[in-house]
Formats: sequence, C-alpha cells, structure tokens
Amino acid sequence: MSFLTIVYALLFYAATAILTLGLAYRIAVFAKTPAPLKIPTTPAPVTRTGVVLRLFREVAFFESLFKGSKWTWIFSWMFHLGLLLVLVRHVRYFVDPVPMPLVLIQPFGVYAGFAMVAGLAGLWARRFLVDRVRYISAPSDHLMLLLLLLIGFSGLMMKFVSHTDIVMVKQFFRGLIEFDWHNLPLDFPLIVHLTLVATLMIIFPFSKLLHAPGVFFSPTRNQVDNPREKRHIARWAKKLEE
Amino acid sequence: MAKADFEVPELKEYIEVPEIVEGTMAHSKPFYAAPQHNTDLGFPGELVDNWQEKALEKMDDLRKRYRSFQVYLDSCVKCGACTDKCHYFLGTSDPKNMPVARQDLLRKVYRRYFTLPGKYFPNLVGAVDLTKDVLDEWYSYYHQCSQCRRCSVFCPYGIDTAEISMAAREIMDSVGVGQKYCNEIIAKVFKIGNNLGLPGPALADTLEGLEEDVFDDTGVAVKYPLDKKGVDILLITPSADFFAEPHVDGLIGYGKVFHEAGVSWTLSSKASEAANFGMFIGSYENMRRVSLRIREAALELGVKRIVFGECGHAWRVAYSFLNTLAGPFDFLDPNYPVPQHICEFTYDLLQKNALTLDKSENDDMTLTFHDSCNVARATRMGDKPGGQFEIPRAVIKAVCNNYVDMHHETIGEKTFCCGGGGGLLTDDLMEVRVKGAMPRMTALNNVIQDEGVTHMAAICAICKSQFTKVLPYYGMDMDQIVSVHQLVSNAIQLTRKTEPETPGEVEGAEAASETDTDAEE
Repeated sequence: MSFLTIVYALLFYAATAILTLGLAYRIAVFAKTPAPLKIPTTPAPVTRTGVVLRLFREVAFFESLFKGSKWTWIFSWMFHLGLLLVLVRHVRYFVDPVPMPLVLIQPFGVYAGFAMVAGLAGLWARRFLVDRVRYISAPSDHLMLLLLLLIGFSGLMMKFVSHTDIVMVKQFFRGLIEFDWHNLPLDFPLIVHLTLVATLMIIFPFSKLLHAPGVFFSPTRNQVDNPREKRHIARWAKKLEE
Repeated sequence: MAKADFEVPELKEYIEVPEIVEGTMAHSKPFYAAPQHNTDLGFPGELVDNWQEKALEKMDDLRKRYRSFQVYLDSCVKCGACTDKCHYFLGTSDPKNMPVARQDLLRKVYRRYFTLPGKYFPNLVGAVDLTKDVLDEWYSYYHQCSQCRRCSVFCPYGIDTAEISMAAREIMDSVGVGQKYCNEIIAKVFKIGNNLGLPGPALADTLEGLEEDVFDDTGVAVKYPLDKKGVDILLITPSADFFAEPHVDGLIGYGKVFHEAGVSWTLSSKASEAANFGMFIGSYENMRRVSLRIREAALELGVKRIVFGECGHAWRVAYSFLNTLAGPFDFLDPNYPVPQHICEFTYDLLQKNALTLDKSENDDMTLTFHDSCNVARATRMGDKPGGQFEIPRAVIKAVCNNYVDMHHETIGEKTFCCGGGGGLLTDDLMEVRVKGAMPRMTALNNVIQDEGVTHMAAICAICKSQFTKVLPYYGMDMDQIVSVHQLVSNAIQLTRKTEPETPGEVEGAEAASETDTDAEE
C-alpha cells in the first residue's frame, strides 16, 4: 500500500464526512428555522402541487434566471446540466456491475464535460467583462470558478490526453466503500483531479454552494399563496398571542 | 418643471442600464428619528454604547426567527441576474443600489461573525467587521430600497432584498438608529389611529364634508359613515384617502360603489389607517400591534366583512399577513375572503352587472395603469394567480373607453416601483425618489408620446403621493395620476336614492346582498 493511497483514502473519508454531515447540518438549520410570514413572490401557485411544479421549473430550467439574464442562463444551464451528466457518468466508478442506463449515457457524459467547462468559462468571463458583475465578485467567487474549471480540465485531460489506469481508480474507490483498500495510480492529472474534488466537497457546506439546498427552502419560491384561506403562524409568533 | 438641486435623469426611449459610478448616492440618508419616536416603538432612543454587540445579537436572533433571512444570507452566488433590475440602480448608477450589493452590505458582516470562512479568511470571501462606517452605510443604502421585490422575480433562488432591508432596519432600530419618517408615523398610529395624526372628530368633519360635496355633485345622499355599529362592511383605507388628491376621489368612489351595491358600511376612527409601516421597519411586533387595531375595530363595530381601500404595501400586509398577525377572523362572514380588496368588491359587482356605468364620463382621458409593486409581487386578488393584474384592469376598462398598457417589461410582475415605497416617501429622500422613478417615468413617457395617454391610474396611496410630487420633475403634470376608484366614481350612475340603514331593514339592501355573493368562494 503506497503512502499516497493512504493519504487519499483518508482524505476522501474526511471529505465525504464533512460534505454529508456539513450539508445535513445546514439543511437542518434551514428546515428548522421558521418562516413566520407568507412571502411567496406572486403570482404564485395556490396549491401544493403548483409549488412542486414551480420548484421543479426553477431547479430543472432555472426559470427565474431565464427571466433575469439570458447570457447567465445559457452559461449556467450549460454548466449545471453538464455537471449533472458528468456526475451521473462517474457513478460507474463506484458500482459494479455498471447498470444499463449508465452504459447508455456514457457517450453523452463524455461531451458533457466540454459543456461544463465551456459554461464555466462563460460565467467567469462575465465576472471580468460586465462591470456590474465585476463589482460584486469577491476573490472567492473567482476561485470557485477556477476550482470547478480545473476539475473539469483535469478530468478531460485523463479522458482525451493522458489516460490514467481507470480500472485501478475504480478498485481504489470500491475499496474505500468496502474497506478493502487498493492502490491509487500515481498519475499527475488524476492526483490534481482528486485533490480538487476533495477540496470542493470540503468547502461545499461553508460556501455559496449552499444555493443548491437553499433554493428548496426559499420562502418566496416554496410557499403556497393561500394566506387568506389558511392561517399561517410560526411557533414564536404564536407565543405573542398568549 | 419642478426645481431640483440634483440632476434629474433624462428620459430616453429605452430604460438603459447605466455603467456603474461608485458613491453617487452615498450622501443620501433620511432624517434620524428623535429618541421619543424610537422609544414609542420599544426601541432604544439613541445609539446604545455596546451597539456592535447588540446589533450582532439581533442579527443572530433574526436569522433564527426568519428562514428567509438565513437562507438568503447563505445562498447568493453573485450571478448578477439582479444587478440591472432595481429602479434605484437604474436611476442613480450607484453600484450599492444593485440588489446583490445592497444585500452584501449586511451579508459581509454576517460572514465575518457567523461563518467559518469569514472568521478565518475575511478578505477571501469579502467579509468585514461591523464598524460605525458600515452602520452608516447601512443607514444610507437600506433607506434606498423600497422593498418592491422586483429583484426577487429574477433571482434563481428567489432572494428578496426586501427581506434583507427589513432585517437591516430592524437591527438598526434595535441599537437606537431609527428613521424619523417611519417611526414617527407608527407612533402616531398607536396614539391617534392613523399615519397623518387625524383625530376622530376631524375625520368625522372631513367625511361630512365629503357627503356634502357628493350630494352637491350628484343630488344623491351617499353616506360616508364613521364608527357605525352593526353594519356589513368595515372599510380600512389609507388615511391619505381622507384629503389628499387624487386619493380622496378614490374614497368618494368607494362610497358610491357601496351605495350602489346597497351594502351598509363604515370607517373606523380607531383603525383609520390601512398602511402598516411596521412592515417597512421589519418589526413583526410593531406590524402585529398595528394590525390588531383592525381586529379590535371589526369586533367592536360588529361588522361581517373587512374591505381594504387602494393601498399597495397595505394590501400586502392585509392580504398576506393580516390572518397571521391578527387572525383568525372566524367571527366574520365566511362567505367572503378576509380581507377583500375594494377592486375585488367592485369587480364582483361588474360580473353581475350590478352597476350602471357611463364610460363616456372618462372620455377626456386616455388611461394607463401602474401596477403597484407590492400588489403585483406580494399579493393576489380574486382566486387565480395574476388576478392582481387582471382585476384592476378589468375595473378600469369597465369604466373607461380609452385604455393602453405600458411596455410589457414594465408592468405585471416586472412592474417598476413608483420610487417612493417602503418608507421612502419623505422629502428628505427626494433625490432618490426622483431618480428611482426614472424607469416608470420612461415607460409612461413612451405611452404618452406614442399612444396619446393622458393619465395613469394607480391603486396605492404611496404611488399616488409619489407621482403627484415626482411627475413635475419630469415635465409632466401632477394631476396626471388618478385613483382607480376615481374613474369608477366618474362613470358610476347613482340609481339608488336611499341609503340602506342597516342590513335587512331596507328592501334594496336585502335584494343587493342576495346578488352580492362572492366569486371567491
């Protein structure tokens, strides 16, 4: 067992723990914080089903962003859809045997990597080219895009330029899951890729990446517009009535 | 054209997104509240010694009580979709008037004290200490937000800057930094019953005067009752409706509609104000206290329904919050929504052909309609989403022959605020009010030039007062802004010669209440 394998095995155990526990904690905070007033941005759905559809359109198609900025919408939709396909494609490195749906999306998953990188490049360009977006960008906003871009680049490198021993990589991750460690191949693009992915997992619960769970908890999007029909009252507000 | 000691934006063909110019509005700030105005509302009179600690405590308290505040502080990715959506940014070019930048004034303090990256790497994530300069900046820029929610329409996470502005104002109030306009007014509501400090006897006089005017004008004794017990409807309307122009013409209209509907109604001296400035300062407790007057008045007067007059933010508190703050209203007639908007009331009568109207009475005008921000994006009318756009337009079109909408990107859910909402309708903020009106003025100017529009109708007391003041800065006439029920008032033909005393006693009233079932059921 190489020293590097041990380091990366521990790194991924830690990153997974921080990501899941951190995210679970943040989601719990969002969920248990009361929303004392009805504040859906109207016109809003008047039924629960309507709200589910509204959130689905928001998450799947970025409906509000589409209204807000067509360029940002194109780039971010490209990035997120690309990322989704890439992530789904990566499941093949964790499961054995690889199920049929994953085999089928394999060809798309590869090109999704390009879409992802192109989308990120577009989003980053806006941070330099549009004076308003330049003004609101903190160093962390630039670094987050750099991080994601490098993850995309290093991944594409392995696919198209300098192949890594993917069978070994799969054995490594299967080994992590089954607590039966196997050696990680010592390839530069792979090490860069894995380091950055672990970094992303670790900072996720502490960063603006919280927008992912956040959108589901946004009262302007997830509330039913029925304040006259149904009395809405938070527990702390109820206490004022006693 | 009104004189200004600042540059009034030039109206162009399109609403252009300006290049940012830092600090153009850094000097803008409203008058501070006197200690008395703060203490009346339960806040410290002046800036407390340990204000920093207290402000952070309040921020912590609010993020635990308001999911919106916590989620919105955490979720912004700085995508920039909101950056060109705020009328104050479009009118001033000041980047801190971009919604995300306005939120960041507070978010960067939140990050510094409540998040790991902000504690250990403040420069990396743009976190800053809460200093007096930061507090001053909050005071300036959180009073350049009218809480109109336009940014929230375009945000991929629905982040509503209004929620952040309200929280910021509440934090400032909690350390003794209050705004004179809002806090003084809320205290007046508690002491006297309305924003204008109009006491009951003065109100009675005013209403008597209105009755005389309407009688002289129409020969019909339309009543404008005050504190009348046992009637059907309690009308809650903004106090500007009692004497300001064009508001009062709207009030005259409500009275005529009630008269023709044959329902009995009353105003209340205790709840002689629809507006609830508690929302502007983000204070649930004050907002609740203001709302409870309405519940008490309804109980004391023994009414069956509550109807609200034309008022924007008031309709938000009424429609969205009243049931929460002062409910449940199980003592009212369950066949009607609580509360109901006067436009819904009139619209229902129109659906039943219960009003005799002569549209030609408004032929001297070509109308357009300004969707008031809080009605558009924080409320509904009728039972379908978007009724808040359709119902007022249906009312206008039923009483006017000439109607044109402004550009579709400037109405409906994308409507621009008048520039005076959210506690900014005060002379010490005239510059930001005039500049913030630029997008609406541009859209209005276009329909004036291209479609021959002569007047703009609105259903909000703040919009009406704001436009009365601001139109002249843009070379237009102050009386080009009208009330929707002023148009109804012009067109309505009074066919009922007697006023129903109490429900059921007068033959006409009974007949009317039979036909007056509601579409909302």
